[in-house]
Amino acid sequence: MALLTFESVGLSYGGDNVAHDVSFSVQAGEFWGIVGENGSGKTTLMKALLGLIPCASGRIVMGEGLKPNEIGYLPQQSAIQKDFPASVEEVVLSGTIGWRGMKPFYGRRERETARANMDMLGILPIAKHSYQELSGGQQQRVLLARALCATRKCLVLDEPTTGLDPVVTADFYRLLNDINKRGMTIVMVSHDIEEAVRSCTHILHLSCHPLFIGTAAEYKNSPIGRKYLKETAV
Amino acid sequence: MIASYFQNMPDIMTRALVVGTLVSLCASLLGVTLVLKRYSMIGDGLSHVGFGALAIATVLHVGNASMAVSLPIVMLAAFVLMWLTEKRRMQGDAAIAVLSTGAIAIGTLLFRLSDNQYQDICNSLFGTASMALLSDSDMWITVGVSVAVLLLFILFYTRIFSVTFDTNFAKATGVHVSVYSMMLAALTAVTVVIGMKMVGAIMVSGLIIFPALSAMRVAKQFRSVMITSAVLSLVCFFAGFFLSLLIEAQPGPAIIAVHVLVFLICTLIGFMRNRIRTRKNRSIVVEPPCKMQ
Repeated sequence: MALLTFESVGLSYGGDNVAHDVSFSVQAGEFWGIVGENGSGKTTLMKALLGLIPCASGRIVMGEGLKPNEIGYLPQQSAIQKDFPASVEEVVLSGTIGWRGMKPFYGRRERETARANMDMLGILPIAKHSYQELSGGQQQRVLLARALCATRKCLVLDEPTTGLDPVVTADFYRLLNDINKRGMTIVMVSHDIEEAVRSCTHILHLSCHPLFIGTAAEYKNSPIGRKYLKETAV
Repeated sequence: MIASYFQNMPDIMTRALVVGTLVSLCASLLGVTLVLKRYSMIGDGLSHVGFGALAIATVLHVGNASMAVSLPIVMLAAFVLMWLTEKRRMQGDAAIAVLSTGAIAIGTLLFRLSDNQYQDICNSLFGTASMALLSDSDMWITVGVSVAVLLLFILFYTRIFSVTFDTNFAKATGVHVSVYSMMLAALTAVTVVIGMKMVGAIMVSGLIIFPALSAMRVAKQFRSVMITSAVLSLVCFFAGFFLSLLIEAQPGPAIIAVHVLVFLICTLIGFMRNRIRTRKNRSIVVEPPCKMQ
């Protein structure tokens, strides 16, 4: 059974229908890029996957024992976080909140998970640094480490490279590919089609309904893929 | 003068100090979350509702149990405010303005019915002339609810951090965010009501916001901000309280005045530290190598 199955999902946002008839399934270990223009419903689809909003119609089925609160989420940064006083470690540790039950404080298991993820992403040396004083790329790694603390199976990323410079962006995608090769399923929402095609294994091109569903290689050779890739290249 | 105060009223003195300590702790911890969530004005709005509630208590001639009356009223106002803001039924700042000016207007009119109009208004706005005048019922309510606030805060500390730092992430990992928003609203309401006795309706939001702001100027981690905020709040309370005895003034304005001073000092320290850090050219934070290649 697939890790995630979207069964003719329809979505509305603020009373308007923003997407309809979205059906596709994500197998464990795949790296999906959900692309499309602003207002194409891709962010709304992601919110439904995370359980932040309900589906207007259809449903999203989770397989392989994945529970709704076991998805690691990397949201876009909010204004509040820009000047939030928190250390890297405090932010990463907060990723364990979904699975540690009603325990009021962090135990050894939580600390070890946080430590392992910070080590993997190379931010262990700055664990005690203040989050607000880091560069954009480092902040993104911290939030990725937090997302990894929340899940073992599935990451959901919302425009993860917005505001990062090209070098840091390339670095971040390399990191995502490495994590993906270790067996982590990734679903990423992005408006950067070119980068998505380069890094993802599968593409869903959304424009209120799916224009394309398939592998990245197929997308590159499809009429729609060629059209959009040419447009973004110019 | 202080000596005679101690000799004559040791009980009353202990009472004021215990209540002041507890209220200062609650206000300082809660303040950090409220300031970070951009909810500072909620405390301010609720304090005006508190003024209206005190007017109702006075008119009902339950002056000795004013808290028992004002607690539920202010808490209800907090829930309504939170609900309006969360559901986007009304813009948060507009809702606060409507509620607070309305409460002041109605409160002032109600106070006309009291026998001692100006004294009562003055006490509600600027705090009781002496905290020693706390009634038994008010004192026990204060002790009870502030201990409850502190316990809740410690037990839910890690969750409060999550929800404050990133509401959507917390929601996605299965935290019932609206429950915490409501809890935050309830705790704020409680803190406003108990703080109002100490420093008055006009200044109680200062008691909540100042320690958090001062702490954020000098500390950069969530836990150290919390601890700094609590310590600063206690220091300002004791300094302000004894200052008020010394110059024979009301404790409220004295405590807040000390808060202002501490805030200025912390701002200066933060500014100097930033200058030093920039001079070092931010070389402390280096881009870590990617370990996973």
